[in-house]
Amino acid sequence: MLTRLDRRTLLAGSLAMGASGLALPRIALAQGSGTRNLLFVLLRGAADGLAMLAPVGDPGFEALRGVSLADYENAPRIGSFFALHPAFVETGKAAQAGEALFVHAAATAYRERSHFDGQNLLETGGTAPYATRDGWLNRLTALLAEAHKGEPPRALAVAPAVPLALRGAAPVSSYAPSALPEASADFMTRVAALYEGDAELSGLWARALETRAMAGDDGLQNLRDASANGALVASLMQGERGARIAMIEVDGWDTHANQRGAFARQARGLDAMLAAYKAGMGEEWDSTIVLVATEFGRTAQLNGTNGTDHGTAGAAMVLGGGVLGGRVVADWPGLGTGQLYEGRDLAPTIALESVLAGAVAEHFALDPAPTLARLFPGRSTKPLAGIVRG
Amino acid sequence: MADGGVDQAEAGGHRACRERESHATDTLSQGLEMSAASIALNRFGYGLARGERVPDDPARYLLRQLDAFDPAPAVIAARAATRGKTGEMLQLLRSLRERMQQAGETGMAEAAMTGPMSEMAPENPRAAALAGLPPEYRTKLLEARRVVVDDLAVRVNVAVASPAPMVERLVHFWSNHFSVSVGKPGTQFEVGPHEFGAIRPHVLGRFVDLLKAAVLHPAMLLYLDQFQSIGPGSTAGQRRGRRANAQGPRGLNENLAREILELHTLGVDGGYSQADVTEFARALTGWTVPGVGRVGRFAEDQPGGAAFVALAHEPGARTILGRRYGAGGPEQAMAILDDLAAHPATARHIATKLARHFAGDDPPASLAARLEAEFLKTGGDLASLTRTLIAAPEVWVCGPVKFRAPFEWFIAAARLSGIDALPPQRIARVLNELGQSPWRAPSPAGYDDLAASWAAPDVLLRRAELAERMAQGAPADDVLARAEAAFPDALSHTTRTMLKRAESGRQALALLLVAPEMMRR
Repeated sequence: MLTRLDRRTLLAGSLAMGASGLALPRIALAQGSGTRNLLFVLLRGAADGLAMLAPVGDPGFEALRGVSLADYENAPRIGSFFALHPAFVETGKAAQAGEALFVHAAATAYRERSHFDGQNLLETGGTAPYATRDGWLNRLTALLAEAHKGEPPRALAVAPAVPLALRGAAPVSSYAPSALPEASADFMTRVAALYEGDAELSGLWARALETRAMAGDDGLQNLRDASANGALVASLMQGERGARIAMIEVDGWDTHANQRGAFARQARGLDAMLAAYKAGMGEEWDSTIVLVATEFGRTAQLNGTNGTDHGTAGAAMVLGGGVLGGRVVADWPGLGTGQLYEGRDLAPTIALESVLAGAVAEHFALDPAPTLARLFPGRSTKPLAGIVRG
Repeated sequence: MADGGVDQAEAGGHRACRERESHATDTLSQGLEMSAASIALNRFGYGLARGERVPDDPARYLLRQLDAFDPAPAVIAARAATRGKTGEMLQLLRSLRERMQQAGETGMAEAAMTGPMSEMAPENPRAAALAGLPPEYRTKLLEARRVVVDDLAVRVNVAVASPAPMVERLVHFWSNHFSVSVGKPGTQFEVGPHEFGAIRPHVLGRFVDLLKAAVLHPAMLLYLDQFQSIGPGSTAGQRRGRRANAQGPRGLNENLAREILELHTLGVDGGYSQADVTEFARALTGWTVPGVGRVGRFAEDQPGGAAFVALAHEPGARTILGRRYGAGGPEQAMAILDDLAAHPATARHIATKLARHFAGDDPPASLAARLEAEFLKTGGDLASLTRTLIAAPEVWVCGPVKFRAPFEWFIAAARLSGIDALPPQRIARVLNELGQSPWRAPSPAGYDDLAASWAAPDVLLRRAELAERMAQGAPADDVLARAEAAFPDALSHTTRTMLKRAESGRQALALLLVAPEMMRR
């Protein structure tokens, strides 16, 4: 058994083993969310939390993943118990600087193993797949407008189409760099006239033109270049007219076979994107929070093809200049045979929803409990506290 | 069912669409009305091709397509065989991976192997990685990419020229239902043959035949990792187990089994358990791709291009959904697929997806129920289901019911613009930019079939940019007449006015290609 502080760096209110201890006092931030930024990074395909943040201090890890232990020898340590995957070079530096926080053994309320249902639940914030039709980020923009008695903050999907988490009643724009040459200005004006009597198309068209004008020269950057993506997102969040809430998706985490190389490649891309985003935000980094989450974790043991199959709990990241980082929040369930969920997956001990809701509540100075209830209704957990500095 | 049902007669004979029961809050219709002819052309098909006559009996026009459809048009029949190349490619990849691992370059090989066709510009990092590869690999990769680009062009050009666009839509519907992706190394030679050889011949046949052909095809076996799944209790598995440091695949992979149950047949709520997934995965062991891996030389060829290696098959009987399947070889998985294809949950799943594709994102329950009943009654006869769709009043409602997905819009735009066949490289690039490259869906679920996934600002922008460019190279002399023909009795006043006001025929054509009538159907 582990007795070090790492075992439970911070307690979430709802944890089975009690809610006392290190929970920090509620934090009151300067009022107004006008200059606060949120980036939600959705890792589609179920990123392997045990590869992302390896519990090298747990003897069970060697038993399950002995072959990959060598990869973590010189990897950044987060406390003495966890090692960050070595591909996360820049993220590791951010953790050292206290600007990256990790949560482990976290899962949404979803307990099956379908990507599509799992993502649906994570994006809608419902308690069952397809039960809720709008996304929790969209509801957040509405909530912020109410709480701060103003216009909803500008929300943007950096993707060719709006992902479910951002869909809903509040207006949302989408933008992805296009390699096509720009259409002529006259033609664009005529298209606007063509859509004049069409509420849906004219609204979409107006937002497309607005976002394109803002993107400037970045419009020709290669979408698949992770670093350029990070810089692009940052450029779209600049100034008064920039987006305050943005979302970007990173595909390719479904590592059923030969996971070692595949995960390293994915992690390098994510690391480069996050680093470029941070650099692009400049001084705004201090008023920015980045949430990185995935629909569920993967099996604890490698499968017959050196990959992992769909699992349950995984890891999440919170980054930003104001984050109380450099540590792992976990109520570590252990990797022993009897400790695995259904004998195969890392067991969930923290609700991912309480992490997401707790983070945005503190970041935007919202009341945490009603925030959780609005974004992720029907949860019995409490929002995680102490994510952001006061 | 006879082709003269009441509803068809009404739809065709009266040349009118049907009023919807209630569409007070419908954001799609936006005041637009579609005539029956416009519905037959656009909601069921890929729109009017330049020079094509407006159908005067819409339902009959659709029913005739069931006979006019050619599963193997000349350009497909003439396609060079690429079988065997997948095995070569995977062997190359394996040796390259080993070499690069020694040099500390893990991942580069995969990256170079799977890059999209559009990323071949010299400034691209993936192109740089490619340039650094040994010549024999580079040659193979370029060959693989060329094959995918050529196959994409075949898919597009067949649909653009087809006399049976409704059936082409069904081909692409099923290809998306049984989605495979070139994102997995080695699939490049197989994704085209998957659609051409496993999907096309069966879209008007029986679902069970389509299912078997699609999931036991090399493209799917590669894409969902089945090709390297080995039964732990099989001869090959036992032998591996004894060699402590055995390299490479050595056990069960449940990916294909899960996706067949969740995506291809029963659906996620179809009532199966984790134990069923694992049992099905065991039954599927042995099914692989010819010429791959160390057990490959023991492979027995199967119809459709797959292979079965008895040495890798998990011995013993299996129990799935409470039903026992006796020990056996390749036929064990076949027997399970037979039962899955006939399962009521499958009928419901397929019926709902078909209804959603043709009758709107929230398809009427009555239509889904009739399709489901027809599926069960006919043992999954897909031609009967198609006739049910054509006869269904729910598909003939007046206002548009669907936002066109990028691929569909592109085919409709190409047909209407009347441009000659585009060069393959350009087709691949354009589809990538539009956001819906065939055989490159982000997940095994294929591309989403909901307006919310596609009706986004950036989507419109890309279409407008492309429309202006397409119009540069297309005949643009008769645009207004073409617009009236493409949307008979359904062209809006605004669109007509804007087309008339255009400063050139080309500009009018570009505007027509992005008009609201083209965006929804």
